[in-house]
Amino acid sequence: MAPRQAAYRLLFALLTAGGFLALAFTAARAQQDRIIDPDASVVNEQKLLQESERITGRIGLPDERAATLIQPAGRTWRYFHEVLLRWIGSIVIIATVLGLALAYSLIGRLRMSEGRSGTKVARFSAFERFAHWLTATSFVLLALTGLNVTFGKILLRPLIGPEAFTTLSESAKYVHNFISFPFVLGLILIAATWMRDNIPRKVDIEWLKQGGGFIKGRHPTAGRFNAGEKLVFWLALVAGAAVAISGYLLMFPFYGTNILGMQAAQVVHSIIAMLFIALIIGHIYIGTLGTEGAFEAMGTGSVDFNWAKEHHALWLKDEIAKGHVPKPPPRASASPAE
Amino acid sequence: MARMKFLCDAERCIECNACVTACKNENEVPWGINRRRVVTINDGKPGERSVSMACMHCTDAPCAAVCPVSCFFITADAVVLHSKDLCIGCGYCFYACPFGAPQYPKVGNFGSRGKMDKCTYCAGGPEADASQAEFDKYGANRLGEGKLPMCAEMCSTKSLLAGDGEVIAQIYKERVLTRGYSSGAWGWITAYRERIAV
Repeated sequence: MAPRQAAYRLLFALLTAGGFLALAFTAARAQQDRIIDPDASVVNEQKLLQESERITGRIGLPDERAATLIQPAGRTWRYFHEVLLRWIGSIVIIATVLGLALAYSLIGRLRMSEGRSGTKVARFSAFERFAHWLTATSFVLLALTGLNVTFGKILLRPLIGPEAFTTLSESAKYVHNFISFPFVLGLILIAATWMRDNIPRKVDIEWLKQGGGFIKGRHPTAGRFNAGEKLVFWLALVAGAAVAISGYLLMFPFYGTNILGMQAAQVVHSIIAMLFIALIIGHIYIGTLGTEGAFEAMGTGSVDFNWAKEHHALWLKDEIAKGHVPKPPPRASASPAE
Repeated sequence: MARMKFLCDAERCIECNACVTACKNENEVPWGINRRRVVTINDGKPGERSVSMACMHCTDAPCAAVCPVSCFFITADAVVLHSKDLCIGCGYCFYACPFGAPQYPKVGNFGSRGKMDKCTYCAGGPEADASQAEFDKYGANRLGEGKLPMCAEMCSTKSLLAGDGEVIAQIYKERVLTRGYSSGAWGWITAYRERIAV
């Protein structure tokens, strides 16, 4: 049956052609599918990290901190804490101590050129001394317990062992946190009592030009506080405020701060604290070993008449004028301000 | 010895949080502490991804480096563990950790965070293996029993992989080759300083 055969042939040809077409079509679609990258629109870790230091998302937990998925900045902070801070701290503190040792070996103790007169002039009231020593005691405790966090595991841990070092460091942590309150109170008292006498004046420029008290035989005149003391006052106030603010941010973690805020607070706190310690080492040297007759101002509250004449002539003049210096000492001249 | 790692294949994570629950249950983790969590990036938007994250047991771990009392130690399997007896709860490991892994039982005002707690890779702590003291402080010691961490074992889509770094990287590579695209192995570049080359 020829016509039937022809029809079958045609049908077969059509089916084959259709089959090929369908196959080709599928292949083309498959090709297209492969071109579309299902991952192209998806968030990419590397891209997110290039855009920001932290990758943050949504989390089902109430703890907001947990929403930060990755913060490579932690490694940067680690570098600061373990490397930079140690260098900054040791250089600043060792350089200060060496500098003072050099000053002592070159200049030695600054003696009163006329010796002691035997007459005392009241310099600091009991309240002023209380404010000073409150701040000073707190500062020393804060400095030692703070330095323990940075240097303790290198210097102290090998000596006393891990268990004892943990006990010590844990107590030190609480001492550091709670002694901050008397320290800040002391700072406020100091600021309130001495701010007026620490306002810079013209005489301070002359004092600085003459090299303060460090050049022998020269005693530039000064009011109640000389430019050096004023510098310590203002630096201590600024540094104190900075360590207090950054310290309280650390003490109340994640209140208004995120992880970056906490890291920044620690960086500010530790760098300023190291500089502050160096400043106070200098202050302690000048007030004790460096200057004869200086310590008793803060110790007993009164200084020798000749000491006042050499270091704070303008102040002494005022005190005499006010009648605060009862009877002029025998060896003192009528006009102490030379 | 193996070098134990975690790998979360974000392509497969469906944010079911079974890993979080499994971890809490297995280790009897105290209330408020999550050793593992699931974070969703670009939530509700096209291309969102969920990633299960815990301690990654980093190479050259930052937490161990910054600890002021050196309470961390690294096991032979490169698992990062710490001693709660030595921890003083200063919170520094949390500042240094790239993955937010360290947890504390309390909020922490006035330095009262308490002892740090984190993922132990189900490897317990410094106490004697399988002792009650170890369980009470650190949770299960599955690794000591030859088992992998519970979170990865429980993962319903096998998104979270735990085990020797080379082995899980190989499994991940095979997946990537089969499906034709990667999902990034989140955290690897930060934790282990390496990418999985496919």
